[in-house]
Amino acid sequence: MQFGIFSVGDITTDPTTGYTPTDAERIQNILTIALHAEEVGLDVFAMGEHHNPPFVPSSPIAINSWLAAKTERIILSTATTLITTNDPVRLAEDYAMLQHVSGGRMDLTLGRGNTGPVYPWFGEDIRQGIPLAIEKYGLLRRLWHEEYVDWEGQFRSPLQGFQSTPRPLDGVAPFVWHGSIRSPEIAEQAAYYGDGFFSNHIFWPASHTAKMIQFYRQRFEHYGHGTAAQAIVGLGGQVFMRKNSQDAVNEFRPYFNSAPVYGNGPSLEDFTEQTPLTVGSPQQVIDRTLGFREYAGDYQRQLWLMDHAGLPLKTVLEQLDLLGGEVVPVLREEFAKDRPANVPDGPTHAALVAERDAAVLSAATESAGNESTPAGAVTAGE
Amino acid sequence: MTARRIAVISAGLSQPSSTRLLADRLTQAVVRRLTEEGLEVTVDVVELRDTAQDVTNNLLTGFANPKLESVIEKATTADGLIAVTPIFTTSYSGLFKSFIDILDPQSLADMPVLIGATGGSERHSLALDYAIRPLFSYLHSAVVPTAVYAASSDWGNGADAAVSSLPERIERAAGELAASVKVSDRSDSVRDPFALPAGFSPVGGFGAQ
Repeated sequence: MQFGIFSVGDITTDPTTGYTPTDAERIQNILTIALHAEEVGLDVFAMGEHHNPPFVPSSPIAINSWLAAKTERIILSTATTLITTNDPVRLAEDYAMLQHVSGGRMDLTLGRGNTGPVYPWFGEDIRQGIPLAIEKYGLLRRLWHEEYVDWEGQFRSPLQGFQSTPRPLDGVAPFVWHGSIRSPEIAEQAAYYGDGFFSNHIFWPASHTAKMIQFYRQRFEHYGHGTAAQAIVGLGGQVFMRKNSQDAVNEFRPYFNSAPVYGNGPSLEDFTEQTPLTVGSPQQVIDRTLGFREYAGDYQRQLWLMDHAGLPLKTVLEQLDLLGGEVVPVLREEFAKDRPANVPDGPTHAALVAERDAAVLSAATESAGNESTPAGAVTAGE
Repeated sequence: MTARRIAVISAGLSQPSSTRLLADRLTQAVVRRLTEEGLEVTVDVVELRDTAQDVTNNLLTGFANPKLESVIEKATTADGLIAVTPIFTTSYSGLFKSFIDILDPQSLADMPVLIGATGGSERHSLALDYAIRPLFSYLHSAVVPTAVYAASSDWGNGADAAVSSLPERIERAAGELAASVKVSDRSDSVRDPFALPAGFSPVGGFGAQ
């Protein structure tokens, strides 16, 4: 199982000091946070994509490329890449390039984006959100899986004999997660392709997340990619920790109360009860996170939102120390217990290559066993 | 015995409120008619005042807490809805509209609805037809023809040559709603929140190869 953090990259005034970082500071802070995530032993850093202030990260590919050069182990992902308003040709090329420069330490999470004006700013129509996500991903996938692509669709100029470059590393396309809070169409899409499904999880009640994941798992099985228990699930989470839980509550409350998403709404107590937000001791975070498995099943990736709402860099780095030092080691051990051997681990490039090689080998063995088929005939037609 | 469920939304702010009073009168009249028809009727009354904080939180966070979720469930899965609001500044109250705003726009489709309103003066009675009826039309609800407006003075007036009395208007509206509720099977129908739109394909249907 993989553990990591995701960032939306908001520039928010620290409500306790009134201080607002500049774009330059915030970007450097994000990079520092991502590097520290690797230092404390986390597996994944995922960067959001936004095109409207106060969010600064318009180009997660640039951030992740820089990080790829500066890190050695961590997987660089996105949260999320806007499949609706980006050109799939550009995405295919950018992320294949990142796959090469990172040595396969990358994947991406696709989302539609819910900021209305971003669609027209990029020449699209938000009312076509689902059809855009369906069509553009269909093309993105073909560009990675097929050498030369002839394509025609509704939302992009046609392609004739187009070859996306570079070709995916080792001939294996980057792993893709599909993220959605409430659209069963996206869970269906993820299931159809046998891709991962990432549930944001943090803004809505767990009961809702549980149903979405169950739906995705059932459809994953329906499409023949494995059993429902073998579907690839990722979950968001949101925590703030101090050794004493009351210290965590006192310190986090002003950030919660004025946070862009839920500020001036429900109380911290109500929100922690109704959503996965956990504010307390590392042990409380461990207990709560282990509880996710009860309704999401054995899953592959847990990401937490740690740097938001104006929290200062120093605080975020301390949070990562607690996460990597006290929480994740216990979670690794506990999640491994009773985990069925046939439930896949979090997706890595090496695992995808091994899976592909195994499939090729088994196809070759099958055709060798079939005496009436001459050796070259199987591939000749392809 | 065949069962029907009626939901009542009352958006009055004072306790007790004349809005609730009107809602109760309408409810009693509808229930009496359905009972006479041999139907077993249950009634869920929602005082929106009791959920005002929850409705605001839903507007801010995008989701309903468990308490509000159960109120929404009751209101949207009934066989008939009686919706009564005070008229504030020429229209439905803000709380009433906020509650409507947090509902899934599909969730009141085909719902038989009886609309009512209260106000200090008879001069606002048309707000039912220029504000509240179009709101439910947009939601594809089946609003009965008679809407009931009760001004303060209505609680002390009888009929005259020009207007029927409040009890008469209540009876006429109740008869219309009861007729629709009688043939409704909404409360028995099971809705699948994960139903994919008809014709949906995970690979698209727009000529994309």
